[in-house]
Amino acid sequence: MQRTNVHRWTKLSIASVCLVLVLQLLLAFAPLFLDANAVDRLTTLFIYGILALMWNCLAGYGGLVSVGQQAFFGLGAYAAVRLASAGVSVYPSLLLGAVLVAAISIPVGIFMLRLRAGEFAIGMWVVAELAHLLVNLDPLIQGETGTSMIALNAYDADGRRALTYWAALATMVGLAWLVFLLLRGRLGSAAQAIRDNEEAASSVGVQVLVAKRTIFILSAFGCAAAGALWVATTISFQPKTYFSVQWSAYMIFMVLVGGIGTFEGPIIGAVLFFLVETFFGASGVWYMIGLGATALVFALLLPRGIWGTFEARYGIRLLPVGYFLRSHEE
Amino acid sequence: MTSWVNLILQGALLGGYYALLASGLSFLFGVMRIINLAHGSLAVIAAYALWFIAERWGIGPFLGILAVLPVMGGLGWLLHRTVFERSLQGGELVPILSTFGLATVVDNVMFQNFGADTRSLAPYIDTFAYESWNLPGDIYIGQLAVLVFALAVLVLGGLHLLLLRTSLGRQIRAAAEDPDAARLVGINAHRIHGIATAIAVMTVALAGMSLGMRATFDPYSGSQQLVFAFEAVVIGGAGSLWGTLVGGMILGIAQSIGAQLNPQGFLIAGHLVFLVVLLARLYAIDKLGTLMRQLRRQPG
Repeated sequence: MQRTNVHRWTKLSIASVCLVLVLQLLLAFAPLFLDANAVDRLTTLFIYGILALMWNCLAGYGGLVSVGQQAFFGLGAYAAVRLASAGVSVYPSLLLGAVLVAAISIPVGIFMLRLRAGEFAIGMWVVAELAHLLVNLDPLIQGETGTSMIALNAYDADGRRALTYWAALATMVGLAWLVFLLLRGRLGSAAQAIRDNEEAASSVGVQVLVAKRTIFILSAFGCAAAGALWVATTISFQPKTYFSVQWSAYMIFMVLVGGIGTFEGPIIGAVLFFLVETFFGASGVWYMIGLGATALVFALLLPRGIWGTFEARYGIRLLPVGYFLRSHEE
Repeated sequence: MTSWVNLILQGALLGGYYALLASGLSFLFGVMRIINLAHGSLAVIAAYALWFIAERWGIGPFLGILAVLPVMGGLGWLLHRTVFERSLQGGELVPILSTFGLATVVDNVMFQNFGADTRSLAPYIDTFAYESWNLPGDIYIGQLAVLVFALAVLVLGGLHLLLLRTSLGRQIRAAAEDPDAARLVGINAHRIHGIATAIAVMTVALAGMSLGMRATFDPYSGSQQLVFAFEAVVIGGAGSLWGTLVGGMILGIAQSIGAQLNPQGFLIAGHLVFLVVLLARLYAIDKLGTLMRQLRRQPG
């Protein structure tokens, strides 16, 4: 008689989760023995990681391709700057700002999620443009001139660097584990069903809209936190930079190359993007041409991305969000 | 009073440009359900091509467009063969990603070649750039704005007639309705989609010419043009060509009134009108749907 049992963990995935935990612990102590430049670079990597994770949640699991997530990135930065100038101390203001933006995203989501596919994608872009223009009206920001997060001066350079590093690491790790747990639960099943076929999902009782809204708000929160952290690293806030559609190009690149709709893919994508930026970022225009061309080629020829292709070929999952079926004779 | 009439008139004329810009986007969406995110960038390519021809050989945009139109048509066909055809097989999300990647490439390649300077085609059309007719009540109507508006009506009318009256139009509609069924009756959907893309990109060339003559452009102007075109299409009702003209005019009027109220109001008013119309449409359709279901449920 043949029986199948469903299981989630394999020896490999237990090993890799343990490895990830050890790596996270090591990263937490990194500022104690790395030089200033390395700490700054790693902080940047973590912010890219947050963005990739959040965009992947939205597109890979919610089936929602947005080219306007810079709206939340910019608003998160703006909220942090605003709160800090109102006297909230710097690091709490980063978190509080992201929470406020998540709250704003609730009505935005109710409205925008009624749009489909391409309409949602550019509709979000319009939201980002509008958010940018409205932020410009704030006298504190002085239009495109922008402002600085002066409150950061309360810390000396090294202390600020380490605190921002820990804040970015904690946000990325926290969001990654949250997404991991969500994907293993009810929302994950719903989201993956939506990703594969929305109509079919809704016909078997998946509450498509509830799942999409949850994912949308989570993604808004994450992007806002990333924006707030970006202000903490660069100090200056210029609306044009923060609300730039380039952020969408980065997110799309990371997720498409890494593997859309996989858990590991965006992390790999973020690391790759980080390396590409480190080595080619200085070449400016050609760097952007390369990013766009790579995204185009992956969308057309390798839509599962690096990790998705690898996973499909070898049946390997390092971080188990899915199930394996194993059959054995009795 | 006359100032308001003037404001609305100027806005409506500006809307002609948006309608011209949006016609290709609307057409492609109707035929292939593709929203081409490189749409604005293609318009800027055409504007640069005309600028280059005028700068190098002293040939004005009205003559230059005769050379640019077929080239852009060819580019459209190539675009379909290399990007759209494959994207369409990957589901509804792939075209968004691929055309966004394409737009990033196109914008930056233009920056690499033409630099950051803003350009305009206005210097190559002599006084036509600012010549205007004087109407009673101190209202001035720019001749160029009227020409662009007329061009928009012509293009939209042409597309409309093409779809309704010609054999090609029937094939395009059949391929849009159901590509597989169209194939059964001997229509090559790939070929038809390629031709449709070529036509759409030729209308984009006309929009690019208008953009260059009435304003300035730079390598990164494309994304703003895409947003305007998209707003015009959505305000007018996606897939309806005449709706696109109305949508463009509503957008233009909102922007010119917004500009009157606040220096930053031009863009803000446009985006707000877009969102308000969208909201109204979504909820009106919802109400209508419930009403229809209730009617159907009643016996007899």
